Formats: sequence, C-alpha cells, structure tokens
Amino acid sequence: MRSDIYKVQLENIFEGPMDLLVYLIRKNEVNIYDIPISLITDRYLDYIEWMKSMNVDIAGDFLVMAATLIQIKSRMLLPVHDESDEEDPRQEIARPLLEYLQMKSAALQLNDRELLGEHTFIRPPPETSDPGNLPDREIRVDLFDLIQAFQRIIDNLSPDLTLDVVADKLSIQDRMTELIQMLKIRGSLTFQELVLSPAGKAEIIITFLAILEMVKRNVAGVIQHANTGNITLYLNKESTHAGIEVYH
Amino acid sequence: MPELKFIIESFLFVSEEPLTLEKMKSALPSTDVKVIKEALQTLMDEYEHREGGICLVEVAGGYQLRTRPEYAEWVRKIIQPSAQRLSPAALETLAIIAYKQPIMRSDIEHIRGVDAGGILRMLLDRKLIKIQGRKEIPGRPLIYATTRHFLEIFGLRDIKDLPAPKEIADLGKPAGDAPEMTFPDNFIPAPDENS
Repeated sequence: MRSDIYKVQLENIFEGPMDLLVYLIRKNEVNIYDIPISLITDRYLDYIEWMKSMNVDIAGDFLVMAATLIQIKSRMLLPVHDESDEEDPRQEIARPLLEYLQMKSAALQLNDRELLGEHTFIRPPPETSDPGNLPDREIRVDLFDLIQAFQRIIDNLSPDLTLDVVADKLSIQDRMTELIQMLKIRGSLTFQELVLSPAGKAEIIITFLAILEMVKRNVAGVIQHANTGNITLYLNKESTHAGIEVYH
Repeated sequence: MPELKFIIESFLFVSEEPLTLEKMKSALPSTDVKVIKEALQTLMDEYEHREGGICLVEVAGGYQLRTRPEYAEWVRKIIQPSAQRLSPAALETLAIIAYKQPIMRSDIEHIRGVDAGGILRMLLDRKLIKIQGRKEIPGRPLIYATTRHFLEIFGLRDIKDLPAPKEIADLGKPAGDAPEMTFPDNFIPAPDENS
C-alpha cells in the first residue's frame, strides 16, 4: 500500500517544458516550421496529466508552456483578416524551439571534442596543477532521485514506527456551546466541577480556553469566592443576547 | 648552439598551462616570434609523424603537450580521472554561454526554459565560466562568459575556434540527425495505457 503511493518511474523525465516539447516534436516526426499545434498541444497536456497521476508537483514552467500552446492553438482558429500583417502564431513557439535545438546540438558538438581530463591528458594533470582550483564534484541528482531516495527510506522504516495523528475531537466553539447549555440549566458552575470530569489534559485546556473566550465576549462572568477560592462561572444575564446567538 | 625546437620542447614539458608565444619570446629575447612559430610547427609535425603517446596542440591561446586521445584508456589506468563529466543540462547551459556570451542568467533560462541557478554555480565552481560584469540595464544583472579553462578543457584555441553551430535550417527537419541526448525513446506511456 505504502509503496504504491510513492511509485515513481525514474526514466523518461524531462527537465523542463522545452525538453518535453522537443521530445514530442521528434517523436511525432513533426516539421518544426509547420507544427501541428493541435496534436502537439494534446500530447503535451497528456504528459502533464501523466505527471499529475505520478504525483509529481508540476513546475509552473510546464503550465506556462501549456498555456502558450493553448493560446497559439486558439489563435490558429481565428480567421486571419490581413494576411500580410499577421505572423503565423506558431512562430512564437517555433523560434525559441529552434534556438534551443541549436544550442542542444552545439552542446553535443562540444561534448564530442577531445576533452581534457577525459580523452587527453596533460602533465601534471589538471587537478594537481592548481590545488586551489579543485572543482566540487558535481552530484547528479534530480527531483526524481530524491523521490526515490525518500521511497527507500520509507520502505526501510520499521512498521511499528507509524505515528497516528488524531484530529482534535473537541473545539473551543463546541465546548462553549456545551457550557452555555449547562449554565442555562444549572445557573452556575464551579471551575472544579468543570475540570474534574473531562478525560484528559487537552479537554481541560479546551475548557479553560472556552471560559476565557466566553468572558471576553461578555457571554459569561466569573467570580472567585474570597474565602474558599472557588471560581464560579455564571451566565451574564444582561449581555447574553449579543454573543449567545451563535451557539444556539 | 642547442637546437631551438628542443629548447621549446623543454619549455613545453615543464609548463603547467598552455604556453603562450609571448612567454616563449620573453625567454628567447633574441629569437624572432616567426622563428619560434616555425620551430613549434616543426615540433608539431614531428610529434604527428611519430604517432607516439604525446602530441603538441594549440589550445587556449598557447601550446601544450598532451597525451594522444587514442591512449586515454591507458592513461586512465594510472591516474584518477579529474572532474566528473558534465550532465547534458550543464553542457547545454555551457554551450549557450559559450555561443552567446556575454549573457545574462535570464536569457539562459529563457532559452532552456528552466532555472539555471544551480548549474551556473557549478560551472562557476569548476571555473568553466566566470562573471564578466553587470549589464547596464535596470537591475544591473550579472553577465556570464566562458573562461580560459573552458578553452583548455574543450581543446579550443580561442572562442572563435568554437565549431559553428548547426544551421538552423537543418535542425528544423523532422528527422533531425542530432542524436537524442537526454531521454530514451518511448518514454511517455500512451495516455490510454495510463488511464
């Protein structure tokens, strides 16, 4: 059960919306100068849906691109009045795509070179030539590696290590209503009575807060007996209507 | 009188970074730069002709003795590989900076469509790029450029030596010949499979 929740497919993840778009365009063997915007938009949105189903928080960038695609798609549907003036709306996406592709191919060309420290070496090797210049090793992890690592931790947790979180059953509001009902019947209540009966610390606190709130709202008053020190809670007759309405 | 090319060869042997013509000239004040250049060319040809483990290359504004790429595997048996390879994302970022320098971070992010902060920091740490200054526009954003170390690592004489990026026209063709870099095929489960 638990492992289902965090299931993540690690391959085939795109770094950003441009990456995804390039993939879709290649996969569908589409001409970049004549993008079938409807098809690509649909595929793009499918992927976003898929990401959602994988429980991945979709970065805003992906949504911005989705909005751009949909906007282009809708502009394509509008009749063009003045052909000479109107640029193909798809240019908005084709131009950055081309630039991105160009840079991607440039990156590949760079990588194909004889790299120092990889294909060719110098004496002394670069890392010892300048001790102050030791590069930090790049740690190649992404969001999905983190999710996987988290998954591993979750899987390794012993089963008894679960923590039950119980929502508060009693709210201050509820307790106030209760107290008012009791006061209406009994006329007054002592503080001892109120805190003796409840089951736990939480309820005592809630009761206490409820009393403070009632006094603050002028719904009830408290008096303390000079000799015994008993605190008595009573309904504030004059101003009851103002606050009590809520709790009926 | 010892032969000039062998003097230069000894310079090259002890030099830790690409040795510039100016530096050689300052060590050989009475020799014409043109003659030094000729000697370098002779050395280069000799190394080339010998087809040994070492070659002389012109890189990052200087000359450097390097092992021949054919022997990389063997060299790696006796020395630790230096820094780890750059990820495709880092390479793309580096390419953008190399071709469009000086460039602002926001322009890099605009091209790649994703945040560049982490990669820029890593490239700075590895001394492949540097902060060249600030652009005099509102906000005075930092602008980035590649370093000499970048030229050394990628075996470039200077920044003009960068291979011309592929013509945009080629890239737009449906069956682009640029190989897939970041992702394997058939990645998206067809939506119907999924639902």
